[in-house]
Amino acid sequence: MDKPVNNAAWLLVAPVFLIVAFSAILPIMTVVNYSVQDTFGNNQFFWNGLGWFQELLDPTTELGGRFLDALWRNLLFSAIILAIEVPLGILVALSMPRDGWKVAATLVIMALPLLIPWNVVGTIWQVFARADIGLGGWAINALGIDYNYTGDPLAAWITIVVMDVWHWTSLVALLCYAGLKSIPDAYYQAARIDGASRWAIFTTIQLPKMKRVLLIAVLLRFMDSFMIYTEPFVLTGGGPGNATTFLSIDLVKIALGQFDLGKAAAMSLVYNLIVLALCWVFYTVMTNAGTERRHEENPA
Amino acid sequence: MSSTSQPSSRAGAFVMALYLAFLILPIYWLVNMSLKTNFEINTTVSLWPNEITFEHYIKIFTDSSWYSGYINSLTYVALNTIISITLALPAAYAFSRYSFVGEKHLFFWLLSNRMAPPAVFALPFFNLYSAIGLFDTPWAVALAHCLFNVPLAVWILEGFMSGVPREIDETAAIDGYSFPRFFIKIFMPLIASGIGVAAFFCFMFSWVELLLARTLTATNAKPIAVTMTRTVSAAGMDWGLLAAAGVLTIIPGALVIWFVRNYIAKGFALGRV
Repeated sequence: MDKPVNNAAWLLVAPVFLIVAFSAILPIMTVVNYSVQDTFGNNQFFWNGLGWFQELLDPTTELGGRFLDALWRNLLFSAIILAIEVPLGILVALSMPRDGWKVAATLVIMALPLLIPWNVVGTIWQVFARADIGLGGWAINALGIDYNYTGDPLAAWITIVVMDVWHWTSLVALLCYAGLKSIPDAYYQAARIDGASRWAIFTTIQLPKMKRVLLIAVLLRFMDSFMIYTEPFVLTGGGPGNATTFLSIDLVKIALGQFDLGKAAAMSLVYNLIVLALCWVFYTVMTNAGTERRHEENPA
Repeated sequence: MSSTSQPSSRAGAFVMALYLAFLILPIYWLVNMSLKTNFEINTTVSLWPNEITFEHYIKIFTDSSWYSGYINSLTYVALNTIISITLALPAAYAFSRYSFVGEKHLFFWLLSNRMAPPAVFALPFFNLYSAIGLFDTPWAVALAHCLFNVPLAVWILEGFMSGVPREIDETAAIDGYSFPRFFIKIFMPLIASGIGVAAFFCFMFSWVELLLARTLTATNAKPIAVTMTRTVSAAGMDWGLLAAAGVLTIIPGALVIWFVRNYIAKGFALGRV
């Protein structure tokens, strides 16, 4: 069933188009403008052409090296948290209580970390993981393991990954749970009659039904971890050294810390283009998954 | 739903208990710290306060620079939610019911703004809102958050609206309903839960965001999250006060979750299961 063509629908979309254009296109124009100029302060700007972009994409320069380091760090971080949060989220969704008050209570507790302001998430983990005043840090040191996330890069990484798992696994779990709830009982009964094992039920019934929501979960988690800023900023400030300086942290350091507008603008554009490209890939995959599903349901 | 079918297990209950404990423990520690004196925080690690004190909470509720932070935050969050939902409703209807020139590109472009890193926009927003005189007002933050909340609201509402059969629109038209009357009287009640879910998400993402809120405010509209960064003083960190402020920022979210608890699962799937 195709939707009727009606170009008057643009009238309904126009307000959204205008407000998002106001918030997106105007600022991007400013960024483009800065990215081709250099400044020595006093609001005096000089034409710099594509100089910043050449520097940014050349790993031998200071700017390029730092950008690629941050990019690499950020990709590694996204990969790690996806590898933990997706399986853990599925496991938690499968372990949800069946009915009664337990479901409501579990859902409320699970959703709680999602509604905490991001800097407070950083604060919570700061006071929890510090070796001197935090329960977590104190307990680990009491076990005889030397742990100090402000001094040791590995400890800082582990703390940030655990924090992100704490913060966002529930999102994946809630999405999967919604997918599981949409499976009709008859499917399970049929599986029982066939004598299907627990694993077979998971791979042939539950996982395919979760595919669409899992795609949303992976998309959201990847994009949000790729622009993570506040939580590591509060927890480690990007340190020790530059160990946890992700793309957004680096960008804000250059833009608002050093006020290097040209460099920051060039970096913003490249960063944004990477996100846009990845977003397009995900969008295509998601739309295709959607069409496949429609074909399965109404074979024409 | 599937109470008889899925093989329920003790392993499941065990996993769930561990996971919930993992979620609660850091929050418990924050609450615990907020009820301790700074002396106790700095000298001992104890599972509960030796001496419960409410001094940090009293300080927050009596100092106007603290509680005005909460009011500022809630103001821009409410403004943003209202703007986002109002604008997104007709757009989502257009996307769910009609195909038009540039439909797919427009939808992708909207969605890509939800994914754009706020750090990219911090500086240009600062320039933009300073230029039009909205800097340091709740409006600046509310409008800036539209960048990611409007596309998200459109996406969610479109999912819920597509679940409503198109015959309803046609029947209403035959019955002589004008479009605005049909939309408000018949269509909006049908997708009420979708509107609730979209509002919940707008609230959530506007409430938790800090980078833009911090960049776009100075003194008058400073959100609570920024006020919290002031607890570093010459005498060192005021951990107790920081913890108490943190606990208070968790409460609005917890209240909202409680009201929408029956829709959470479906809501997080954005109406797409």
